[in-house]
Amino acid sequence: MTQSVVVQVGQCGNQIGCCFWDLALREHAAVNQKGIYDEAISSFFRNVDTRVVGDGGSISKGKICSLKARAVLIDMEEGVVNEILQGPLRDVFDTKQLITDISGSGNNWAVGHKVFGSLYQDQILEKFRKSAEHCDCLQCFFIIHSMGGGTGSGLGTFLLKVLEDEFPEVYRFVTSIYPSGEDDVITSPYNSILAMKELNEHADCVLPIDNQSLFDIISKIDLMVNSGKLGTTVKPKSLVTSSSGALKKRHKKPFDAMNNIVANLLLNLTSSARFEGSLNMDLNEISMNLVPFPQLHYLVSSLTPLYTLTDVNIPPRRLDQMFSDAFSKDHQLLRADPKHSLYLACALMVRGNVQISDLRRNIERLKPSLQFVSWNQEGWKTSLCSVPPVGHSHSLLALANNTCVKPTFMELKERFMRLYKKKAHLHHYLQVEGMEESCFTEAVSSLSALIQEYDQLDATKNMPVQDLPRLSIAM
Amino acid sequence: MSIVTVQLGQCGNQIGFEVFDALLSDSHSSQGLCSMRENEAYQASCKERFFSEEENGVPIARAVLVDMEPKVINQTLSKAAQSGQWKYGQHACFCQKQGSGNNWAYGYSVHGPRHEESIMNIIRKEVEKCDSFSGFFIIMSMAGGTGSGLGAFVTQNLEDQYSNSLKMNQIIWPYGTGEVIVQNYNSILTLSHLYRSSDALLLHENDAIHKICAKLMNIKQISFSDINQVLAHQLGSVFQPTYSAESSFHYRRNPLGDLMEHLVPHPEFKMLSVRNIPHMSENSLAYTTFTWAGLLKHLRQMLISNAKMEEGIDRHVRPPLSGLPPRSKMSLNKDLHFNTSIANLVILRGKDVQSADVEGFKDPALYTSWLKPVNAFNVWKTQRAFSKYEKSAVLVSNSQFLVKPLDMIVGKAWNMFASKAYIHQYTKFGIEEEDFLDSFTSLEQVVASYCNL
Repeated sequence: MTQSVVVQVGQCGNQIGCCFWDLALREHAAVNQKGIYDEAISSFFRNVDTRVVGDGGSISKGKICSLKARAVLIDMEEGVVNEILQGPLRDVFDTKQLITDISGSGNNWAVGHKVFGSLYQDQILEKFRKSAEHCDCLQCFFIIHSMGGGTGSGLGTFLLKVLEDEFPEVYRFVTSIYPSGEDDVITSPYNSILAMKELNEHADCVLPIDNQSLFDIISKIDLMVNSGKLGTTVKPKSLVTSSSGALKKRHKKPFDAMNNIVANLLLNLTSSARFEGSLNMDLNEISMNLVPFPQLHYLVSSLTPLYTLTDVNIPPRRLDQMFSDAFSKDHQLLRADPKHSLYLACALMVRGNVQISDLRRNIERLKPSLQFVSWNQEGWKTSLCSVPPVGHSHSLLALANNTCVKPTFMELKERFMRLYKKKAHLHHYLQVEGMEESCFTEAVSSLSALIQEYDQLDATKNMPVQDLPRLSIAM
Repeated sequence: MSIVTVQLGQCGNQIGFEVFDALLSDSHSSQGLCSMRENEAYQASCKERFFSEEENGVPIARAVLVDMEPKVINQTLSKAAQSGQWKYGQHACFCQKQGSGNNWAYGYSVHGPRHEESIMNIIRKEVEKCDSFSGFFIIMSMAGGTGSGLGAFVTQNLEDQYSNSLKMNQIIWPYGTGEVIVQNYNSILTLSHLYRSSDALLLHENDAIHKICAKLMNIKQISFSDINQVLAHQLGSVFQPTYSAESSFHYRRNPLGDLMEHLVPHPEFKMLSVRNIPHMSENSLAYTTFTWAGLLKHLRQMLISNAKMEEGIDRHVRPPLSGLPPRSKMSLNKDLHFNTSIANLVILRGKDVQSADVEGFKDPALYTSWLKPVNAFNVWKTQRAFSKYEKSAVLVSNSQFLVKPLDMIVGKAWNMFASKAYIHQYTKFGIEEEDFLDSFTSLEQVVASYCNL
């Protein structure tokens, strides 16, 4: 069994991270009734005897003593991390695995990347090495950050390079929150584009998510819950946005519901690697199957169902509905419409009491309405995990490598160009040591190249699939 | 003589468990429809082949379990132990922490050499436990990373270290769509390598077995465990003890050797497939009776028309009449195509088996011209019934059954290869474009050879 380390960077990253650990504990508490520290828990948590001072406290088997998250928390302001450490989850984090500063990055990618990067490089490396040492077999780093700010965006992408150099064999999965159109940070286009170049070059897989989509999902749920229709009482734990049953019983914060969705995404992504099933899918298989060319590693995700109704009299056509929903644009965690764009590859990760025939039936049913690239007409990767998520009997996470990410990138580029043409706010960046205009031009051309790749693929969309001439053998 | 089974990867281990379970349940079955002495001889033969010395009376499967991540092996070991009827040897498994990531190159070039010594050691210990060793039965899938890549590596090693022993690889052909995206690459790499190092490839298609579960067994929500059980039933009906000749007094000693001798007369033709009838749910079984004539007629038509199960058989396909001009080469596009065989083996088990008439299978029109039917066709008859079926017939065939699926996989892999998609994942671990081209060439050769029968 392998372990993963979560690296949460910046305000957004840490807030999402906090929700993630909360829900992870809830999930493991539901599955692991006996309190034995097993391999599933060990993928995200260490078992530590807190009476032992220093480093020797790790326990590898037997009863759970005290669980410590395999996490590294990084923020250049103290507010968010301090709040976490004073909250109900304080015992879950190892205080030695933090890096904080006081002044913050001022929503400036250059400050996060160049200034704090060089300042904290050694400390960052040390924390990573420590967390790797605590792992038997480290498989993956999950980096959570936002693209629009300074710390998450700048420092978050700086450490990608550090991880690539220091741990070349460990996968780097990045969950990036992209800025929405109505983002309140003016320089978010600059920060995002500068960060994208790093993601292009140093990440193995990126799961882009935007706040607007998360918000839309919440509105949809609210509408559903408050519609007052008969039989529409929702099981509280099943809401993809809720942390009911988890530790954080305190006053709900505004972004909690949205962050819980992302946290659930990460839990479902790793479920088949942690729990048993009849068709397992490990994290390295995600990269292998969904990344046909190294640069095209952006995966659009969708989670269904968003809730489970308590009324047991409602018949279980839910299963097929779940599959249909996964492809509708209302369930995507990014503003994108995969159904009307070109699929390069698609993964379906199913949890719960679903069997191979259900999976096959739904793939057959949905296939005709989806467009796959000519060389990957059957580009499906599937997995079946027997353990359902808390509050549900089954769930589905769909990951699509699809050209529908292109509009998001193009929009970002447009917003960038509008600012850049006027040189607005540029001086804040250029006055940072190590930053030059070339950083900007290189970042834009990296993005343009990526958009062009997607363009070329889109151009093949409606062409008939031709079988290429095969090798002929002399008999 | 004993057979050592090597179970590789998730698929191999899940199936392996079902196979041993099926073999032992059948062996303990009370519906053998034969004398007690007969039954005891059957049980003893089955035990010798697949299980070793009891420890506290519990038979231990002659198997080696290999996987690159621990979840499946743990599950398999505990399921076997829970049955109370049999179990796996304590030290018969090899497991790592991180899987092969569906990457053939990783399984073959990284895991293989890294763990070669440990794996071969465990296998050697298992072989040494056998009084008389017949050969290896290797269960794997070709779509994933461990079964396929590491499986190819291990088979090659077995060829080097045990060149005098036989190797039969049981390979699972993945569903046409939707298991693993790079399954076509992994498949062609596996098949081309195994063609060189294995003695026979016994291929089972997930799609075909799925249909059997749906149409014949009437299972509503089909799980992998259902599929694996059907497969285990088919394999059990091939590998359980059979008599060596019409009026023999003891069971065959060398099952693998006999199978190879009858079915693989030429190294260019190694692909075998299994057709088993009848298949039905237990409920239906109580109400149905069979005749040998009926069963054999169906089986023969299944062979000729390339049907995978006993429903929906195309009755219009007939063997060509002798005296007519020679048929044109097999076209892969024709539907009404007649399936030419190289060699066939029919195994009959059950009541009144001696009265079963297999003349229909000896028709020279069924076979390719370079082998006489008397050499190409064999039948093994056993009184003792198999697994609750009063009469059952299984056909192991070396014929054109698998040409179309093979051609399709090669075509899809070729299309993907032309766009170079996913190739970087393989070159990262030492499998270069040339290796792909080699595999394509060998398999095109196999397709052409079978087509030209």
